Amino acid sequence: MIELRHVGKTYTTPTGPLPVLIDCSTSVARGEVVVVCGPSGSGKSTLIKCINGLEPFQQGEILVDGISVGDPATNLPRLRARIGMVFQHFELFPHLSVTANLMLAQQQVLGRSAEAARERALALLQRVDLYAHRDKHPAQLSGGQQQRVAIARALCMDPIAMLFDEPTSALDPEMIGEVLDVMVQLAHDGMTMICVTHEMGFARKVAQRVVFMDGGRIVEDAASEQFFGQPASARAQQFLSRILR
Amino acid sequence: MTFEWQVLLQDTGAGERYLDWLLSAWGWTLAVSACAWVLACACGALIGVLRTLPGWWRSLGTLWVEGFRNIPLLVQLFLWYHVLPALMPALRELSGFMLVVLALGLFTSARVAEQVRAGIESLPRGQRLAAQALGLRLPQVYRHVLLPQALRLALPPLTSEAMSIIKNSSVAFAVSVSELTLFAMQAQEETSRGVEIYLAVTALYVISAFVINRLLLTLEQRLRLPGATA
Repeated sequence: MIELRHVGKTYTTPTGPLPVLIDCSTSVARGEVVVVCGPSGSGKSTLIKCINGLEPFQQGEILVDGISVGDPATNLPRLRARIGMVFQHFELFPHLSVTANLMLAQQQVLGRSAEAARERALALLQRVDLYAHRDKHPAQLSGGQQQRVAIARALCMDPIAMLFDEPTSALDPEMIGEVLDVMVQLAHDGMTMICVTHEMGFARKVAQRVVFMDGGRIVEDAASEQFFGQPASARAQQFLSRILR
Repeated sequence: MTFEWQVLLQDTGAGERYLDWLLSAWGWTLAVSACAWVLACACGALIGVLRTLPGWWRSLGTLWVEGFRNIPLLVQLFLWYHVLPALMPALRELSGFMLVVLALGLFTSARVAEQVRAGIESLPRGQRLAAQALGLRLPQVYRHVLLPQALRLALPPLTSEAMSIIKNSSVAFAVSVSELTLFAMQAQEETSRGVEIYLAVTALYVISAFVINRLLLTLEQRLRLPGATA
């Protein structure tokens, strides 16, 4: 469903070109859950932002459901509407109520009526257990609650896949569980997911595959039992020994 | 010294009292200010948005802001009055009132644009990304996500711009719009009671600016978001 072929991205800086992604290739099948991990600065976030065209890339190609992301002729807004994305800092719209956050793109992008959008929004708020907070504004919710709203907002668009960019990194430890529970449930329901995360417990539990990145390259791309059992690269072994201590 | 406020009840020789003239002049001040403010907000919001877009749109916005910001207001008014009609005959049809509204409105639009731009740029980059990730097109991103937040942030500095526009409207005397400052100059010449005349005019400027200030503060409070710390 999602295919990356030799993707490369370079920033031009005053001191010369700075490569941030080098020859990244992988693919994600329908219903598959893939965790992307690696040290900070390794290009994980940049890579998943390339998948819905939030970050431009110069080399290679990315296909989502057969549509080329890098092709200038591609209608990016239409493609993005089909891929849900959850951000590290939630990025709820602070001037809108929780329900209005969930309704905005349904109405503006999908052209749903206000009643249909509200109905879908409230159903998803039930699902992430936040129906009682439907009329609040984002600033009145805890971090964990905000992130669950953000997941619900993405699901409102009936996405074919979900991208998670370090969804629990900005959360207090006691709130990580409630967000991971929603993600685990989503994985069990068969959603195609790419998750940049340091939550190795989550990776072990639900990921079919782990992609390990370092220095802008995909160093290891393995089934998760294999990755956690016997990582092939020395760099991944070192990373795991530090993070799983 | 003693004040002789009865001067305001004297006949001007044109069948009205100075008080009537004063109130009509206040009306002109408010009319110039209100029309210029509407123009300033409309152009300012648009130019402020342009200043945050990539490519030559940004340059156009920068040119606008620098142009209107770096020429003294009174000089701009004379440009509208003397120079531009010579270059564009269509402008000769416009009244002094319209020329003041254009000059003051566009001058202020550059200042409004800067507040709007600063508001947009101070929003976290993730807001734009999140809106785009949901499939919103760029105009929708601005309309529904960035501008509602940026304008809330810009409201306090815009309040001060709105008060400035009342005060700056006094340049209109230079092209013979019968507003408060022109009234003051002429009435004190005719009556020789400059003290009373200027105090009365000062009071009306203060009242106008103060009322604007309170109105916009009320608006600011009503737009404050639940749970916001600021």
